[in-house]
Amino acid sequence: MSDATIEVTGLRKRFGSTLALDDMTFTVPPGRVTGFVGPNGAGKSTTIRVILGLDAPEAGSALVCGHAYSSLRHPLTQVGSLIDAAALQPSRSARNHLLWIARSQQLGPRRVDQVIELVGLTGAARRRAGGYSLGMLQRLGIASALLGDPRVLILDEPFNGMDPEGIIWVRGLLRSLAAEGRAVLVSSHLLSELQGMADELIVIGRGRVLASGSVSELLAGEPGAAGARTPRHATLEDLYLHLTAGEAQFRAGSAVQAPR
Amino acid sequence: MSAATTHARAGLRSGDFVAALRAEWTKFRTVRGWVIGIALTAALLVLFAYLTANGMHSGTCTSGPGGSPVCGSGHPFVPTGPGGEAVADSYYLVGGTLSGDGTLTARLTGLSGVTASGPANAAPSMQQTQPGLAGWSKAGIIVTAGTRPGAEYAAVLATPGHGIRFQYDYSYDTAGLAGATSARTPRWLRLTRSGNTLSAYDSRDGRRWLRIGAVRLRRLPGSARIGLFVTSPETLAGRATMATGVFDHVTLSDGRQTRAWHGQAVGERQTSFYSTLGSGSFRRAGGGLVISGSGDIAPAVTADGDTPASFLLQPLVVALLVIVVLAALCATTEYRRGLIRTTFAAIPNRTTALLAKAVVIGGAAFVAGAAAAAIAIPLGDHLMTANGNYMLPSDAATDARVILGVGVLLALSAVAALALGTIIRTTAGTVTTAIIVFVLPVVLAVPNVQAGSSSTASWLESLLRIGPAAGLAMLGALPRSAVVSYRYTLGNGYFPLAPGLGLTVLAAWALVLTLVAAALLRRRDA
Repeated sequence: MSDATIEVTGLRKRFGSTLALDDMTFTVPPGRVTGFVGPNGAGKSTTIRVILGLDAPEAGSALVCGHAYSSLRHPLTQVGSLIDAAALQPSRSARNHLLWIARSQQLGPRRVDQVIELVGLTGAARRRAGGYSLGMLQRLGIASALLGDPRVLILDEPFNGMDPEGIIWVRGLLRSLAAEGRAVLVSSHLLSELQGMADELIVIGRGRVLASGSVSELLAGEPGAAGARTPRHATLEDLYLHLTAGEAQFRAGSAVQAPR
Repeated sequence: MSAATTHARAGLRSGDFVAALRAEWTKFRTVRGWVIGIALTAALLVLFAYLTANGMHSGTCTSGPGGSPVCGSGHPFVPTGPGGEAVADSYYLVGGTLSGDGTLTARLTGLSGVTASGPANAAPSMQQTQPGLAGWSKAGIIVTAGTRPGAEYAAVLATPGHGIRFQYDYSYDTAGLAGATSARTPRWLRLTRSGNTLSAYDSRDGRRWLRIGAVRLRRLPGSARIGLFVTSPETLAGRATMATGVFDHVTLSDGRQTRAWHGQAVGERQTSFYSTLGSGSFRRAGGGLVISGSGDIAPAVTADGDTPASFLLQPLVVALLVIVVLAALCATTEYRRGLIRTTFAAIPNRTTALLAKAVVIGGAAFVAGAAAAAIAIPLGDHLMTANGNYMLPSDAATDARVILGVGVLLALSAVAALALGTIIRTTAGTVTTAIIVFVLPVVLAVPNVQAGSSSTASWLESLLRIGPAAGLAMLGALPRSAVVSYRYTLGNGYFPLAPGLGLTVLAAWALVLTLVAAALLRRRDA
């Protein structure tokens, strides 16, 4: 059995005249929580959609556990993902939302009730999902990602709308999932959310990787880290701002939009 | 790596399809609005069928004392043939009883007649006629179980337009000698009874005989009626006709006499559902007989009876509207909510996902439609009959076909609307397009079918041939007959296509749209 990894190689994708992905290349190792950070519009969600076989790249490849996602049989049993917690039919109950996803992977209602309990939604599971707060929706989304007990987890902005208690809970959950040997990729545009949780970091901007490596390597500015050599930084925030300077598409104040 | 290869790699696997099907079924049944929508489709179909059938009354008005019309409920009397079908059975017969076996031979030296010159809707009168006959005017020899309307019979006969024919039990027809019958080209006809088998022959000269065919009439009594008959139906333009046949050399086998034969107008009562030029007459001339008659012995195509389509078509418009919107929403709400990405992350083979959706919504629509029709048809039949309407007799096979037809019509329309929603992706655009393409032609066609308008726009006929509305043909239950000249048009209630062909056209629409949707799904980003 191949390793629980994500291997992204030379992804290129264009939306109209905008180059969304420009030779995006990185690897997500098993047993680690990998933070996937970059400013808004850097290409995080596009990369994740390509990994999940939802968007087709013009060039490059994305493999999960050594295979293209779309060639996986019952893919959710190998790769769990959360891409948009609000993407559901509001009149359907949370439990039924999970149930149809479970059915598509030949899983039963027992597994649904397990993940509902795991994310702490047992009391609200039979309510219509349209009435959920964003924090509850994120928990529901995490439940659907965990449904197939996957070796690889991909979560796009799972902290959005979560209260501090929820954020702490997610951090603990993801750390324990990684400790079980799973590969966990978590995207965020706020580095502070990943502090203290991520083992690895992939910093991207304008569709390409700016730096990647273990958090300690990146903070130390060690050559082991891929990407531009960076001086030492006191915090991840410093490092992030240094790396993404001039890469953000939108920034308040004096900075104008970066030239193309 | 292109999108096409990425998504095509996971081929169709039956286990995956079953899983996708269960997922889509769970999706469908867990949205209360959709379940209600399906139930509503069935309920509306039954309700509107009830209202339509209940609102249709039939009555006949006659001029009473003082000229004021007197109206009574009821419908024209239409006989039922040996096969349970509605038949026309009126003719002028000159004949007698045939006990046991025997053969009747006669020469026909003339077949001519007159056609009413007045418009089709005016009462026909012998004073306003012009020479001419219908193509299927008939003069010849008949052996019949009796003069009871709808009796079993076999006949060999001459026609102005279709040569000599051997016909029996109203629907069955075999061609004999071609060409018209006249003094210069007389035709000899012969009908033989041997046991229950009747054999028909014709000849140009009375010496060389050709056998046209034979039939075993199992219920023919030992003592049957035999004789010469003449009858003449309406022309294609709906004008009444009266034919006159000139017979000589009339001989019964075994030296039996025809002297005691008498003339008799058979089935006069039925003339209420088609117009005739009188009940007929005969006279002896020289050694022969000159017989005039008006009517027909054929399937009762012109009886203008009602079928389930009479009360199902309008309700079907309502049901179609609901189901098409529902199916469109099944596709477009997933795009609106972004749920489509969850679907394709769970089921990467998008063709599998689309087909699973199609089976679920199509299956639900089929069950709703067929179940509603199975309730509505006996209910409508009962109400229509109680209100004095004439329901054409139908067999179980036709009823089953109409019931399944309603289900299939809704199912295929739903599948097509689902595909349309997958192609267009926005709710407003899909619903608008689906209503224009799938519902509007039916809305336009229904009043034409029911009003009996003689002139139907040709573009509407075309829509019912090549558009999705061709599927309405599955509800067609009016009888057609090759031996009755009639305008089998939309205005007279006939769909342009046969049921099977109508189904094929609608299925082709659903299939092509589904193929386009599947191709776009593979090419486009989710």
